[in-house]
Amino acid sequence: MKNGKWELRIGFLLAGIVIFLAVLSIFWTPYGINEMDKTARMTAPSLEHLFGTDNLGRDVFSRAIVGGRFTLLVAISTVGACTVISTILGLIAGYVGGAVDEVIMRLIDAVNSFPGILIALVIVTIMQQGNYTIVIALCVMFIPSFTRIVRTGTLQYKDADFVRSNKVFGDSDLRLLLVHIFPNILPLLLSSVIVGLSNAILAESGMSYLGLGIQPPAPSWGRMLYEAQSFLFRAPWCALAPGFMIVVTIVAFNCIGDGLKKRFLA
Amino acid sequence: MRYLVKKIFILIVTMFLISILTFCAFHVIPGDPAQLILGTTASPEKLDALRTQLGTNLPLREQYRNWITGFLCGDFGTSIRYSMPVKSLIEGHVTVTLFLGLMVICLTMLVSIPLGIFTAKKRGTWVEQFLGFFNIIGLSVPGFFLSILLMWVFGLVLHLFTPGAYVSYIDSIPGFLQYMIFPAIAISIPEIATLTRYVQTAVLEEMDKDYVRTARGKGAGTERILYRHILRNAIVAVIPLIGMIVGSIFSGSIIVEQVFAVPGIGRLLISSVTGRDFPLTQTLVMYIALIIVLTNFAVDLLIQIIDPRIRLSD
Repeated sequence: MKNGKWELRIGFLLAGIVIFLAVLSIFWTPYGINEMDKTARMTAPSLEHLFGTDNLGRDVFSRAIVGGRFTLLVAISTVGACTVISTILGLIAGYVGGAVDEVIMRLIDAVNSFPGILIALVIVTIMQQGNYTIVIALCVMFIPSFTRIVRTGTLQYKDADFVRSNKVFGDSDLRLLLVHIFPNILPLLLSSVIVGLSNAILAESGMSYLGLGIQPPAPSWGRMLYEAQSFLFRAPWCALAPGFMIVVTIVAFNCIGDGLKKRFLA
Repeated sequence: MRYLVKKIFILIVTMFLISILTFCAFHVIPGDPAQLILGTTASPEKLDALRTQLGTNLPLREQYRNWITGFLCGDFGTSIRYSMPVKSLIEGHVTVTLFLGLMVICLTMLVSIPLGIFTAKKRGTWVEQFLGFFNIIGLSVPGFFLSILLMWVFGLVLHLFTPGAYVSYIDSIPGFLQYMIFPAIAISIPEIATLTRYVQTAVLEEMDKDYVRTARGKGAGTERILYRHILRNAIVAVIPLIGMIVGSIFSGSIIVEQVFAVPGIGRLLISSVTGRDFPLTQTLVMYIALIIVLTNFAVDLLIQIIDPRIRLSD
């Protein structure tokens, strides 16, 4: 496992499959996601229905890959928005220091003392339900840890010789931050972003399981699991398929994140 | 001493910020609690009367003051949905979650500390790779999927318990334990994966230190060095994680209680969120956050007491 080569390979392979299926689902699914076949309720996986059918006779495979698209979309937009906000906050906190740093960090500590899912629950409670609510909720949940990473990195490079010498040559603060400090933080941030993606998928499917995430009729992995629970004994594949997809996706991103970290640290 | 004062100061500031955040979060909501309770057909007089009773017509600062003094004195307000004091609702649900949490902590410690030491001993062998693989899987399976898997295998196929048929500890303690062990396992697995990795890293780090070489030079056996010298230092490195674990036990139990229909704090929280029962949600959020902050504070003090090096360096 030198330099995380294997992790990267496995990760990219699995992530590639999941993303391919998600993209494929935009153009083609074997069956319509809400197409019910009354003659084929709860049929076991077969060549006709790869993951079987659920209690309404809907094709589980089609629903699983479309659900993956929604879940991935939520995860990517969450982590994207969150990275931008935390980078700005972290750079400011680390570079300006003093009272500004203290205020930002205390606020972040306060947010951080709530367990992640609790923050998401609070935000879902106080906002109107909708598909954007979950993005905002998860975003607030991830800001503290990302900000901390950027801040630590900024502190580390703020007084480095190459930054100082550029300051002497008259570079503005903004240029120092963006051109000299930020690129050095980027590798560590990138691996955290990838791991963040898997956390976002985990959180999103949890929220959807609770009925607080992606709203039906759009399928999502969490919701499919919830629905499958009531006929778990008769049609376990309905739960296994989305669950398996979640695990594969999370393993994929965790592997890439770990691999990148090992590579950058080596 | 100075350290303690500083820590207590930070604790108070954090708690204050948490209360402000919680309060603000629940007061920016569009919508009037009085309207929510009485419905849209209520007369303006009745609404006004209820607003006065709830105190929602006062300025925000005063509302905050009333709420926080009430909270500190143990008066948490009344739940909209259950029409009963939030305090008695929490009292009725907290014992179950407490039990669940204790079971999770015991399971996690009992499995991950020996496992961590074991993997550290097997450095560079296939055992390490194999357990590393398990670690990744353990971290990647969401709690609710794990719960459903446990339910399917142990409940529906092996008939070790009846899913959804929660047994109260008042009725039968063995039945309660038999039912609760499965949610406890579901919450523990990710914790075990995390903690094992930490124990392993801590032990490996300690192994390369000078005192280990000295001990070996003086002729101490491998086992003795491991359990007498390394383990003590490694455990200290792991203690700070307790706070984090308590936090994730809460997160875990929020969802897992829902899957197994365990009537604990987590289930109460979800029902308050879906029922838009703001007084209940607000109190529960404050309550959980305070428990976590206090745990972290206690852990900090514990490290001070256990490890004299930190005490001296301050």
